[in-house]
Amino acid sequence: MNVSEKAEEILEALWIVIEEEGDNAAHFERLSVDATDAGLQELQRLAYVEVKGERVYLRPEGREEARMTVRRHRLAERLMMDVLDLKGAEGDARACEMEHLLHRGVDTKLCTLLNHPTTCPHGKPIPPGSCCEEARHAGDTGVVALTELKAGESGEIAYLSTGNDKKMQKLMSMGVLPGNRIVLSRTFPSYIFKVGFSEFAVDDELAREIFIRRRE
Amino acid sequence: MCESVQVMKCCPETPVEISWSERKLFLVGNPNVGKSVLFNALTGAYTTVSNYPGTSVEISRGECELHGVRYEVLDTPGMYSLLPITEEERVARDILLQERPDVVLHVIDARNIERMLPMTLQLIESGLPLILVINIMDEAERLGLKFDLPLLEEKLGIPVVGAAVRRKRGLKEIRAAIVGFDPQQRAAFSYAADLERDISRVASCLTGAYAIDPRALSLLLLQRDESLSEMVRKVEGDNYAAVEGAVNEIVFERRVDLHLRISLERKRICKGVLEGAFSQSEEQSPSWGDRLSALTMNPWTGFPLLLAVLYFGLYQFVGHFGAGTIVDFLEGHLFGAYINPWVIALSDKYLTWPWLYELMVGEYGIITLGVRYAVAIVLPIVGTFFIAFSMIEDSGYFPRLAMLVDRIFKRIGLNGRAVIPIVLGFGCDTMATIVTRTLETRRERVIATLLLALAIPCSAQLGVILGLLSAAPGALLVWSLCLLGIFLLIGFLSARLVPGERPMFYMEIPPLRMPQPRNVLVKTLTRMQWYFMEIFPLFIIASVLLVVGKLTGVLAWLVSLLEPVMHLLGLPSEVAAAFIFGFFRRDFGAAGLYDLQTNGLLNPVQLTVAAVTLTLFVPCVAQFLVMKKERGWRTSVGIFVIVTLLAFTVGFGLNRLLLLTGILA
Repeated sequence: MNVSEKAEEILEALWIVIEEEGDNAAHFERLSVDATDAGLQELQRLAYVEVKGERVYLRPEGREEARMTVRRHRLAERLMMDVLDLKGAEGDARACEMEHLLHRGVDTKLCTLLNHPTTCPHGKPIPPGSCCEEARHAGDTGVVALTELKAGESGEIAYLSTGNDKKMQKLMSMGVLPGNRIVLSRTFPSYIFKVGFSEFAVDDELAREIFIRRRE
Repeated sequence: MCESVQVMKCCPETPVEISWSERKLFLVGNPNVGKSVLFNALTGAYTTVSNYPGTSVEISRGECELHGVRYEVLDTPGMYSLLPITEEERVARDILLQERPDVVLHVIDARNIERMLPMTLQLIESGLPLILVINIMDEAERLGLKFDLPLLEEKLGIPVVGAAVRRKRGLKEIRAAIVGFDPQQRAAFSYAADLERDISRVASCLTGAYAIDPRALSLLLLQRDESLSEMVRKVEGDNYAAVEGAVNEIVFERRVDLHLRISLERKRICKGVLEGAFSQSEEQSPSWGDRLSALTMNPWTGFPLLLAVLYFGLYQFVGHFGAGTIVDFLEGHLFGAYINPWVIALSDKYLTWPWLYELMVGEYGIITLGVRYAVAIVLPIVGTFFIAFSMIEDSGYFPRLAMLVDRIFKRIGLNGRAVIPIVLGFGCDTMATIVTRTLETRRERVIATLLLALAIPCSAQLGVILGLLSAAPGALLVWSLCLLGIFLLIGFLSARLVPGERPMFYMEIPPLRMPQPRNVLVKTLTRMQWYFMEIFPLFIIASVLLVVGKLTGVLAWLVSLLEPVMHLLGLPSEVAAAFIFGFFRRDFGAAGLYDLQTNGLLNPVQLTVAAVTLTLFVPCVAQFLVMKKERGWRTSVGIFVIVTLLAFTVGFGLNRLLLLTGILA
């Protein structure tokens, strides 16, 4: 079922031309292929695409594969940018290598880890996978920063994400520890929350470091 | 390390000599747990009872006698953890670990026992002789919390006392626990096996003798405690390399989550300790205080409430009642009609030397100027200000104000915490400059010191200036806008120019409380006492200097030096004298203007320009000395120069602007 890397690149480019740019087919030039290209021939064999003259059409059979290819590429981009902190051309290049490895459920795991992102770092939409639909259906909001909570919401502190020990100490000395229940009462002008019977105020810089598992 | 242990007294006094027969009793704990109240109950002597995290920067010492044994009682600044973050916490920690106390009372808030117990564990593992005081039991019981104190005592292995010291509950039990304290009794807790292994690996490298348990010391070294690393380096000498090696290796291995691991381990132990010994019922509905608290923190209602507090607390109470009614009575009646004529009559008879006559009752005389200013003008204004400030402080309003203005203060390089010194500055800039040490970074302390010196008029000066400007309609508005603009502009610029890390804001918000008259009274009296001990002598010195200056002609020379500058600002030569006075006491200067204005020598534009320039102009002598002490020569002289240049530049610009636009003409 897996197609070759070259074929994946073609599917991806084709999806963008057709789904996002509104064309009905893509020219060879746009896909950087010619009629003898091995990847293209592979896709034709699978009946994923149809070639008429110098234009390539995406067949309904190939739609799902193309969609998932784009999804894997953009998830890889997010991983580079958000987690590995690789930005710009370097990040894009690594993402192109990484996307071909995201098969057999790895994409689902990655998507869950990134908390089902909807857009890539360039602002393009990431086609949702079945894991995204399931999460939405279950009302599972995952783990979010305190800044994402609305006033009045509560949850459990999941983890603190701070590379700065001083910040970490401040938060921990206030009782902001994983497992503790937290109730947010204000978000402006500062974040006001309760842990236990004590109330605290922090600025958004610190609030961004506190990650909360929402409770329904 | 010892030099950082500054023992601040509220009044200048020689440090109490500690005789070795005396036992030492220390109080430690988070801010807002009632440590100071307990301190006062134990010693009988009052100190500041603080409701604001951080204002108990002073360390209060006292004495008490229990069963014939004398104890020296020491109240440390509030701390959240044995691993210090702020300078105050460092001071508290260092005192605790170096002064070898005989008994340490750890005071915690019963309502937040889960959060505060981890510090108890830290204190126990440091090997300190500890008694746990669970305070604020009354409010905890009202919230439905239940404690099994004997069980807790058994599990912790140290004496545990439940108390509500504000209600005088549990004091007898605390005293009994101190008297019956058995220093041999020690408890031990262990962390997870891997963490314990790492701790003993560091501990086994330590060879020196320390006041703190090697296990606790190792844990603090692993958490990169700088001042302790420095101490260990000195004690260990050549062996330090081995210690450092072990620490670095473990820190690297555990780089992902060492701090978190330790906290979670402590939380796990505390959970075990509290199991069966502590229970809580369902949450209660919000009280009246909670609702008011929410209103103070909502910007839409919070700012109007702030304006109401300022209007009633400052304008009506301090401005009208203090600076108006009381000053009129004291100055007009008491001094004007009785004391001054009486003293002058007396002097006419007996003080035959002209210089002595001049010194005592002349134009700048000690009695006629120094004492009259201090008692009749400054005392009522500063006194009413401190009453208002102490009431606001005791109610717990300041942390709410801090969170409200945090965003604005971030723009000027400070964080919300700085509202305390800034608001206090409106009472006395000198005292406020001392309080800036509660700010976390040096950058914030420098910016706050500069803004206090430049744009915050103290209450004495404020009182006179408000009276002065009320004569010219619109002048007060121009003056206020000018100062506000300068405050924000200079803050904004210094936030960009002063190097250092960006401020961060986090603060505990204590519950709103009805201010307790006794607390307010004590706080006010403590501040007044400080003010008079520090400032009153300066009034006298200022009088003497002015008289000497007048008699020797130095004053006239200084005035003539300033005259061209005055002309540049469009002011008459006579104003120069007011500026010279201004350095001795900010309000002297303003009062000088007042005399000129009543004599009709100033038009509204000149009056406004002079008032703005004078307010911005150099702080008084006392503030300058404190600046030097707190920030060092270089910074304080730098601030002095900046402030002087700015004051005259702004005065010059304002004069031109007012003349050009015809405002106030």
